[in-house]
Amino acid sequence: MNKYPVYIQAAASIHPENPLENNAFSAKEPDYKEWIKDAGLRRRMSRIVKMGVTAGLQCLHLQNTKVDAIITATGLGCLSDTEKFLKSISEQNEELLSPTPFIQSTFNTIGGQIALLTGNKSYNMTYVHRAFSFETALLDAMLMLQAGDAENVLVGAVDELTPTVFGILERMGTFRKFFAGEGSSFFLLSRNKTDNTIAEIIDIDIFSGSFSEQEILAKQTDFLKNSKAENADVFSDKIYKQNCGEFHTASAFGLYYACKQSDKNEKILVTNSFLNNHTSILIDKF
Amino acid sequence: MSVVVTGIGCVSAIGCDVEEHLQAFRAGRNGLGKISPFQSQLQVPVAEVKLSNEQLKSALSLSDHSIYSRTALLGMIASQQAFQDAKLSTNSLRIGVISSSSVGGMDLSELHYSEYVENPTKVRVRPFAHHDIGDHTEQICNYLQLSGFRTSISTACSSAANAIMLAARMIKQGRLDAVIAGGTDALCRFTLNGFNSLMILDSEPCRPFDESRAGLNLGEGAGYIVLQSEKTVADKSQIYCRLIGFANANDAFHQTASSPEGEGAFLAMKNALDRAGISPSEVDYINAHGTGTSNNDLSESTAIKRLFGENIPKFSSTKSFTGHTLGAAGGLEAIFSILSIKEKLIFPNLNFKTPIEQTKLIPVTEILENQAVKTVLSNSFGFGGNNASLIFQQYRHE
Repeated sequence: MNKYPVYIQAAASIHPENPLENNAFSAKEPDYKEWIKDAGLRRRMSRIVKMGVTAGLQCLHLQNTKVDAIITATGLGCLSDTEKFLKSISEQNEELLSPTPFIQSTFNTIGGQIALLTGNKSYNMTYVHRAFSFETALLDAMLMLQAGDAENVLVGAVDELTPTVFGILERMGTFRKFFAGEGSSFFLLSRNKTDNTIAEIIDIDIFSGSFSEQEILAKQTDFLKNSKAENADVFSDKIYKQNCGEFHTASAFGLYYACKQSDKNEKILVTNSFLNNHTSILIDKF
Repeated sequence: MSVVVTGIGCVSAIGCDVEEHLQAFRAGRNGLGKISPFQSQLQVPVAEVKLSNEQLKSALSLSDHSIYSRTALLGMIASQQAFQDAKLSTNSLRIGVISSSSVGGMDLSELHYSEYVENPTKVRVRPFAHHDIGDHTEQICNYLQLSGFRTSISTACSSAANAIMLAARMIKQGRLDAVIAGGTDALCRFTLNGFNSLMILDSEPCRPFDESRAGLNLGEGAGYIVLQSEKTVADKSQIYCRLIGFANANDAFHQTASSPEGEGAFLAMKNALDRAGISPSEVDYINAHGTGTSNNDLSESTAIKRLFGENIPKFSSTKSFTGHTLGAAGGLEAIFSILSIKEKLIFPNLNFKTPIEQTKLIPVTEILENQAVKTVLSNSFGFGGNNASLIFQQYRHE
């Protein structure tokens, strides 16, 4: 069924690097001027858009390859623009509203902007499904590469922590296990292996439901057994969320972290559980 | 592996099931009316589903006290129809749900946001648990008692067509046997004001492809189809048609406007035809995106002319009936395309009088019955330059 393998050729990430502040991690942002040269465009872009677009462009820059698809993921999308527009509706009583925050509140803004900035007219998709967002984006990319529909695919995820998100999710109890976090991680995937190849993505597993920790571990063991990778090193969310915090697409950072932390040739399982969404990404790190 | 359609379900301003939609089309009755589910001073017609949230809950036998976004309720109504229509065996098939929406639970969030801002530590935060796009898909899975694969797509107005596309690819590549795919969106103050701020809402019923067109009418609804790998369909009389082509391409021109030459639309339609392995001349009907905005209809017309040359197939925009239902549009219009094949009819484009000066294309303006419709192209285009096309083809029952 799968004509081609899937390799990670490049990875870029904008993620928390500084110590916790007020019980939350915030991403260490680069100088966006280097990446988004148009000052007017940069000014109009909200923080999440800049963070996502820049990580995507950094990833493309590392390989300088033309991609056949741009696939993005986000759990909550462009919330600061959403809030800005909601506020303007009530404050200005529906009159003379600026359309910019509405336009940029759209979930596919980041993927659309990367396409616009790189003149890319190919497949462009955005997944928005809690802790499945990144993994289904990855699955889409894998389907394309495996079927031979694409040679190179850019795939990545981004979520931002705004004061409102923090306030609401904190009160819902989302940050009981981990501190709040945010970040953007992008990957250039290819069906061709080169000297720069970081890892091969072997398979991903996605399942839903309310399970105990033991049941989840048993499912992960089954997945590893079926993939003949029983000895894989497990990078669970307990490990990488110490660095990036909790958010819907934290596992994208988990995959980035596994790629960077491991310095030997080994199989690695990156796992995540968030609400009733559970995922595992199995890679062969070169 | 051949992908076939075995179930359809829809709700919009013109009806709450497939039969009501056909009646409205045959009667030439659009779903436009005044804004009722929320407060707004904007004076524009909208196409609302004629059931309140309470009525929707009651139709779904859901507790009156539980909180659901209207987006999720509409999604549950239409997906349940499609699911029941397909008579899927939940024991033997790997069934997935791939849904889409442009705003998810915004209809709930916008009601509670101001209160929250005033008193963030006191007001209840429970309604915001339904804000994200993934919520409605999870609600559909729970309601249909499906525990398998699910995900959500949000690419503005092309969302549902993209959901259907992923469903077909997952079936073709052997990951799933059947998928309930489509989209849902409820009208809300947020979207209405958004489109108003872009100055693309018409204060009159929209006039797709007409020289005098002045914008779109917003609508709400949900449309879901069941896609299945042909070999898993025991009773072939269940099959409506095949999904033979699909493609997504980016216009890479502007965040909200389409390019004058309709490059993204052209690529989506052309790549879908290539994937289907058919020539443009085989298309019998195009269910156009046709929003009624100055920009879209000119750009789409130009793309259609570039691809089809002198032999333009019959085409129309059913948004003149349903309004533009955004994240649901690709699902609803996929169903209209499927019905066109099944019922041998071509839907009219209401309110058309004068062709667009530059392109001179004339849509179908009266309902056409007894048409030999074998192949239908459905277009869905969205913000972010996102363009998707689907091609459905008649299934030859042996």
